[in-house]
Amino acid sequence: MSDASKIPVTVLTGYLGAGKTTLLNRILSEDHGKKYAVIVNEFGEIGIDNDLIVGADEEVFEMNNGCICCTVRGDLVRIISGLMRRKGKFDAIIVETTGLADPAPVAQTFFVDEDVQKNARLDAVVTVADAKWLSDRLKDAPEAKNQIAFADVIVLNKTDLVTKPELAEVEARIRAINPYARLHRTERCQIAISDVLERGAFDLDRILEIEPEFLNAGDDHDHHHDHDHGHDHHHHHDHGLKHYHDEEMQSLSLRSDKPLDPSKFMPWLQNLVQIEGGKILRSKGILAFQDDDDRYVFQGVHMMLEGDHQRKWKPDEVRQSRVVFIGRELPEDAIREGFERCIVS
Amino acid sequence: MSSFDQGGEAASIVSVTDKVKPVSLGMAVTAVHYLGDRAAFVGTEETVAVVDAEGEISKVDVTGGGILSAVSDGSRILIGGDDGKVTALDKAGTVSVLATDPKRRWIDNVAVHPDGAIAWSVGKTAFVRAPKGEEKSLEVPSTAGGLAFAPKGLRLAIAHYNGATLWFPNMAGEPEFLGWAGSHHAVTFSPDNKFLVTAMHEPALHGWRLADSRHMRMTGYPSRVKSMSWGSGGRFLATSGADVVILWPFVGKDGPMGKEPAMLAPMKAKVTAVACHPKQDILACGYEDGTVLMVRMQDGAEILVRRNETPPIAALGWNAAGTWLAFSDESGEAGLLRL
Repeated sequence: MSDASKIPVTVLTGYLGAGKTTLLNRILSEDHGKKYAVIVNEFGEIGIDNDLIVGADEEVFEMNNGCICCTVRGDLVRIISGLMRRKGKFDAIIVETTGLADPAPVAQTFFVDEDVQKNARLDAVVTVADAKWLSDRLKDAPEAKNQIAFADVIVLNKTDLVTKPELAEVEARIRAINPYARLHRTERCQIAISDVLERGAFDLDRILEIEPEFLNAGDDHDHHHDHDHGHDHHHHHDHGLKHYHDEEMQSLSLRSDKPLDPSKFMPWLQNLVQIEGGKILRSKGILAFQDDDDRYVFQGVHMMLEGDHQRKWKPDEVRQSRVVFIGRELPEDAIREGFERCIVS
Repeated sequence: MSSFDQGGEAASIVSVTDKVKPVSLGMAVTAVHYLGDRAAFVGTEETVAVVDAEGEISKVDVTGGGILSAVSDGSRILIGGDDGKVTALDKAGTVSVLATDPKRRWIDNVAVHPDGAIAWSVGKTAFVRAPKGEEKSLEVPSTAGGLAFAPKGLRLAIAHYNGATLWFPNMAGEPEFLGWAGSHHAVTFSPDNKFLVTAMHEPALHGWRLADSRHMRMTGYPSRVKSMSWGSGGRFLATSGADVVILWPFVGKDGPMGKEPAMLAPMKAKVTAVACHPKQDILACGYEDGTVLMVRMQDGAEILVRRNETPPIAALGWNAAGTWLAFSDESGEAGLLRL
């Protein structure tokens, strides 16, 4: 089955009280002519008006496949297989997770399970964040940090409840963890549905749009990380952009204007996620391989990778490879060196 | 078959394709059962298509939504729906609602006992209703992946994460727990009541010898096992999941422990459905390319029932007398073969 015919799945995460249910109801009530199957965690507890609504149990189990970090959501496997009985009755699936859920098992379900993979594809992880409380949660709730790190789209909600400097502060903290997610500021989750759903490859292209200066601005990476104290230090840079460095969670961006050697890159990437997969939360890449007119794209969650030829490079497109990793305590130098060795000299 | 035959044409396989009565059901199909002398094809949602020997189709609406599970005792088909209802379709074509979940949660699994007892599960809770109507429930540690009644006595096996629970609904004692790490889906008792086998989330079966809970690991599959069928009076368990039919031996007190399975009917496509003949040492198997074969267990001799190049075979089954084989691909292009 081609990727386009698979049902797109949007995973909706967010810490308690951030506004997930508000966003979900907004999506469902808008007149978009599409039908969504909705998988919620507190079935019947909240008023959601939708024909196809299923209660999930958030049952996470380990795969017996030797991957230490490979957990999947067993209930999602079962529910998606059940929903497939009603193929044609809905256009997309939205999975709402509890506020305390780790997004990794949800995302990994779409990489690991053969039946799920056959029928559905992970479109985007959308994280709803509370502008007023997120900064605090990032300090005291590891789940909140994970949810930001995992996001493809971040809906920064309740912006009306904070001052401009407070908003700049929370955005800088988000960017310190995940500079690649598309960030939308909302009040009461007012957002165009097209900004949240069916993002697909569009959001993958975003990793090409990020200015390297934004990522590297003045960051000397010489901090001595002390993981016993939990607060973040920050710098003010010449250009006025407030820039945080999150001690625990970082992102890493690699770029090459010269083509990559697929016979080197693929084994390197596989090996990297096998060894460092516990630290790498997400990985994404758009690759230009030598003697290949197709753009190759991949995305991954921990040790799981999925990649394919996406389309032909356009004639006016710069054939640049870009890879990003978001994770904890990433071995940056080793990753950079490994990547450099995959570039065709 | 002698090995000399293999040098000839590939098409030298015996074919009965011209004896099959093709039936176009016009709906996606997940299973086939029998209601008396008619084959009943269970759709993916709402409908069961009952087909008589002449190929005449009568469709019955059994539920308002998706059909999540369906089992039969030969006289009625029990259906678990995503509308929270357990319904039954009988030989006369009458549909009755046997249970309704108050919260309209999915009925994930159903099971039927030869004496008329029924079971179903909703999330972590399994329900049993005796023929006289008394209902009992049991909560297991995680969502039930499959249900099966033991061949003797009122005993229900409930597969779930990290094992299976054996429950005697009429006994006061604690249910018995059989542990094995991982997620367990479909579950089946051997016909002699000595073994319990589950199909796991990963491509493997797991079994327990019930006398002493000894483990039986059955691994090596390239993909998940979705179809299991006991054959030859319970001496073999035939399964899907590979590009051959895997036949685990259950003769003797050790079951398949320390033994190699037999592998029959290799093709260039994966087996998606297996059904052992109820009386003879023959099995039918369907493949993901639409092929259906009949295979003699003894020597692996094959007979072609249906050619390939269609959607995967989703349903395959013999009637109780073993005089009919019915099958359908996922899209509802079905066939009946009278032996």
